[in-house]
Amino acid sequence: MGDHHHGPAKGLSRWLFTTNHKDIGTMYLWFSFSMFMLGGTFAMIIRAELFQPGLQLVEPAFFNQMTTLHGLIMVFGAIMPSFVGLANWLIPMMIGAPDMALPRMNNWSFWILPPTFLLLASTLFMEGGAPAAGWTFYAPLSTTYAAPSVTFFIFSVHVLGLSSIMGSINIIATVMNMRAPGMTYMKMPLFVWTWLITAFLLVAVMPVLAGAVTMMLMDVHFGTSFFSAAGGGDPVLFQHVFWFFGHPEVYIIILPAFGVVSQIIPAFSRKPLFGYDSMVYATASIAFLSFIVWAHHMYTVGMPVAGELFFMYATMLIAVPTGVKVFNWVTTMWRGSLSFETPMLFCIGFLVLFTIGGFTGLMLAIAPSDFQYHDTYFVVAHFHYVMVAGAVFSMSAAIYFWLPKWCGRMYNETMGKTHFWISFIGFNLAFFPQHFVGLAGMPRRIPDYALQFTDFNMMSSIGAFIYGLSQVLFLYNVIATIVAGKPVSDPKVWDGAEGLEWTIPTPAPYHTFETPPKIDPAHAHS
Amino acid sequence: MIRLSKNPSTDTATKLVVVAVLMFAFVFVVMVPLYNVLCDALGINGKTNGEAYTSVQAGGVDESRLVTIQFVATRNEGMPWEFGPSVSTMKVHPGAVNDTLFRARNTLAKDMVAQAIPSISPSRAVQYFHKTECFCFNQQPLAAGAAAELPLQYIVDRDLPKDIHTITLSYTIFDVTDMAKGAVATR
Amino acid sequence: MCFEAKRLLKLALGPVLMLVSAVVLAYGPEVNQVNMAPGVTAVGERIYDLHMWILGVCTVIGVGVFGVMFYSIINHRKSKGAVASHFHESTKVEIAWTVIPFLILLVMAVPSTSTLLEVYNNDDAEMDILVTGFQWKWKYEYIDESGENVSFFSNLRTPQSEIHNADPKGEYYLLEVDEPMVIPVNTKVRFLITGNDVIHSWWVPDLAVKRDAIPGFINEAWTKVDTVGVYRGQCAELCGKDHGFMPIVVNVVSKEDYSQWLSGKQAEAAAIKELMAQTFTLDQQVERGKAVYERSCLACHGANGEGGVGKAIAGSAIVTGDINKHLDVGINGVPGTAMQAFGGQLNDVDMAAVITYQRNAFGNNMGDMVQPIDVYNHKKG
Repeated sequence: MGDHHHGPAKGLSRWLFTTNHKDIGTMYLWFSFSMFMLGGTFAMIIRAELFQPGLQLVEPAFFNQMTTLHGLIMVFGAIMPSFVGLANWLIPMMIGAPDMALPRMNNWSFWILPPTFLLLASTLFMEGGAPAAGWTFYAPLSTTYAAPSVTFFIFSVHVLGLSSIMGSINIIATVMNMRAPGMTYMKMPLFVWTWLITAFLLVAVMPVLAGAVTMMLMDVHFGTSFFSAAGGGDPVLFQHVFWFFGHPEVYIIILPAFGVVSQIIPAFSRKPLFGYDSMVYATASIAFLSFIVWAHHMYTVGMPVAGELFFMYATMLIAVPTGVKVFNWVTTMWRGSLSFETPMLFCIGFLVLFTIGGFTGLMLAIAPSDFQYHDTYFVVAHFHYVMVAGAVFSMSAAIYFWLPKWCGRMYNETMGKTHFWISFIGFNLAFFPQHFVGLAGMPRRIPDYALQFTDFNMMSSIGAFIYGLSQVLFLYNVIATIVAGKPVSDPKVWDGAEGLEWTIPTPAPYHTFETPPKIDPAHAHS
Repeated sequence: MIRLSKNPSTDTATKLVVVAVLMFAFVFVVMVPLYNVLCDALGINGKTNGEAYTSVQAGGVDESRLVTIQFVATRNEGMPWEFGPSVSTMKVHPGAVNDTLFRARNTLAKDMVAQAIPSISPSRAVQYFHKTECFCFNQQPLAAGAAAELPLQYIVDRDLPKDIHTITLSYTIFDVTDMAKGAVATR
Repeated sequence: MCFEAKRLLKLALGPVLMLVSAVVLAYGPEVNQVNMAPGVTAVGERIYDLHMWILGVCTVIGVGVFGVMFYSIINHRKSKGAVASHFHESTKVEIAWTVIPFLILLVMAVPSTSTLLEVYNNDDAEMDILVTGFQWKWKYEYIDESGENVSFFSNLRTPQSEIHNADPKGEYYLLEVDEPMVIPVNTKVRFLITGNDVIHSWWVPDLAVKRDAIPGFINEAWTKVDTVGVYRGQCAELCGKDHGFMPIVVNVVSKEDYSQWLSGKQAEAAAIKELMAQTFTLDQQVERGKAVYERSCLACHGANGEGGVGKAIAGSAIVTGDINKHLDVGINGVPGTAMQAFGGQLNDVDMAAVITYQRNAFGNNMGDMVQPIDVYNHKKG
């Protein structure tokens, strides 16, 4: 990048060699949506098999590959890249920077992703099939007892970890060095804040995941025994290392979603965000706590009681900053002037469903009760409430909110609202009954179940199909908007929207803020 | 603040790369050893350290109470040997030196090497159960069809909490023939 | 104090709680059960109370938060002419909603801690059972002071025909085993739990026991059941292909019935010893062997010996080859493959029968057979 005052290059090379943050953001978003569709297809296979008891469509071994790939692709292929895409588009525009700080690295961190996921998906066609030990791939099921494809899986995890680390470094470097004069840290939009903290989490824990899979690789191919008792190792060590990565990872997924919601709710309440400072501190506390709670995923592993108590208390503490956030959002709406366009609907959906997921999270934190919840559908319901209703709903909200700014065309509001209501109903139909079957005793990751669980599973499957279909409508609406949406040219698009990205022309030109904007000192944190 | 590059962004990036590399190293040089230390200290998984207990505890034998020691043997998958304790329980006084035997027989027509992994339950008892001599300290080679008596000598610490009346000592034997052959067992 | 509060809460949330507690019963999951079962142990009941209490607190907070939110949604609409105020911070309010939730958490932590300590109180058990998770079955070994341990495997009993929808499914589909664990009522039983291959997790909801079975290490848990009955659970940690097909059934009986059962098992072991000295006819062997095959081999080798995870039995070079080699594979397994060593899992009578059956079924027509004494001799080398 630099002083080129021209538009994008033509043809394929524009996308291959681009260093423009908007182009790269667009590619991330389309890539993550295609992964969302692929992971969703696997989910549909899972739910179709679970529609009724008995084995109808797939064999147990393949079913396990489906649950594993569904988890891996949704977490690493859909949710994480989608928020990186959003960060690419928005962070420079929100802090008044011309582009990301390290544009060539930006290009690389995107382009190593597609081949990696192609490799991961291709394990399905390898001898012995794809990895089948769950997205948490506990040893020794994922090492000594794994199919040969585990080596390719490990390689994929290394590369996608590398991509995430490069993406995060870029975001941190941009936020720290590229802010427009006057854009102090405590004036940054909350989306930038949550991403900054997320990026630090990523730099800290993706190498830990890389370490875990490296140990797996050494156990499988080089005769070490990190995770095998026979050589003096311990399979439980794997779980500790994995969750030391895995719990911060959960917040990596949800924090940018908090940021999105903190931008959109004020816009449609026509009122500034309540408690900006406390939002920043709450985000930072959640990030800190995420490093000392990992073993709450392992209450049944036989830890000493002192360990159980420590992790239980630490986990319960997370409810405090999370509660602060929810209270702040609700208070932002209080005595506002509310309107309910599609982005706001998705944010309210987020608020309701994420709060429910937060409550079940608090229940899961209680170690003795967790002995009954652990590894059941109650857990499945819990993390879909926080991940789907948290990350995916807020992502949908973000697309509807910023798409008109990006392409200068308005989406179809009726279709958007239809998308919201169908996905809200489908989602709840799919996942609310899973609380029931989990409490009643249905373990997760099973291809077939006892007859007592039939009705709720059937409901769940129907809900999942509805939710899946609603995403096709979303895709159609987005394409229709880009191709033939009603043109908009007002820089503000939404009357309540605040922030630098709403001061540039609509649609956003290829290069923005080549000269830094002036920050109005009175106008704190949009 | 240390500057690693003139360009502030490259500087930030370089520092973050260092952080990432350190975190990768952290897994190997901190987490793994720390876990093993914590296992010893807290008795995670009932693991005992693989070294003979050599110190002598003052105070002699505590004749006032008896602790039941229960022996359990399991064979890991793919391990066909016959393996088990010669007696299934012993009642012992804390502080006393006790001897017992496990018996193993290689039922296959090939030479094999086994490794026994001990685990103690309840985990609170781990730090009070001292092995002065144990076959689990070393790998056990057995020729095809051969049998062996494997000695175990132990002391229950006098400081064992009074509310622990039973200690279970479990041994799982693993086939480590390939590992022993390659002699690459690093840990 | 907490439990008083809990009662008040139950009153307040009457309709919701009535709905959820009406369907709670012992004896495995009820049809369309929506809540955790209190189960049949004191610990289970404490866990259930704790669960309901935390759920109650969350519900109250949820109603409050959503109440405020929906009040805004209804009354502070732009379309109703609402004008936005511009307040956006209040340190007092922020402190209040940091401190109050923290205090609520403190109150929650008290019963949670005491319940956890109770779960961990493994001392002074009256009997011990070693539970070992295998891919994909459980082994129960009753530890006896004299060293004469009773041990047996507990396999899924649901036939493949029901799983593959050829036959109608029975009432306890996937929650039934060929041989359940039997324990006496009102007795503190300690479980020593370990894994044979990968990590499994032994879970019976009505007993409120869930513990991971980790290969190489031993975990402990305990129960004291106060009601006679049959309680059902499943493996709760993904352990490979048939993770969903390794149920747990615990039969809790009176102390008299238990000692009768135990002496029955000991007599059975003695009877097997006797059978080992006998010589069977081909028909007897095939009949016994068919039952053993369905229990122990079918999951991997298929109902018609067509193979699956395991190799095909029909026309197999090993099965139709040297009888000693065939026997050796049965006893010692094939290292490095999914074929386990069955020498320690099947008694010599069953081993002889199943080898004989395999050689004379699925179109294999060897006509030869193995007697229990051959198995014994093979094992002794």
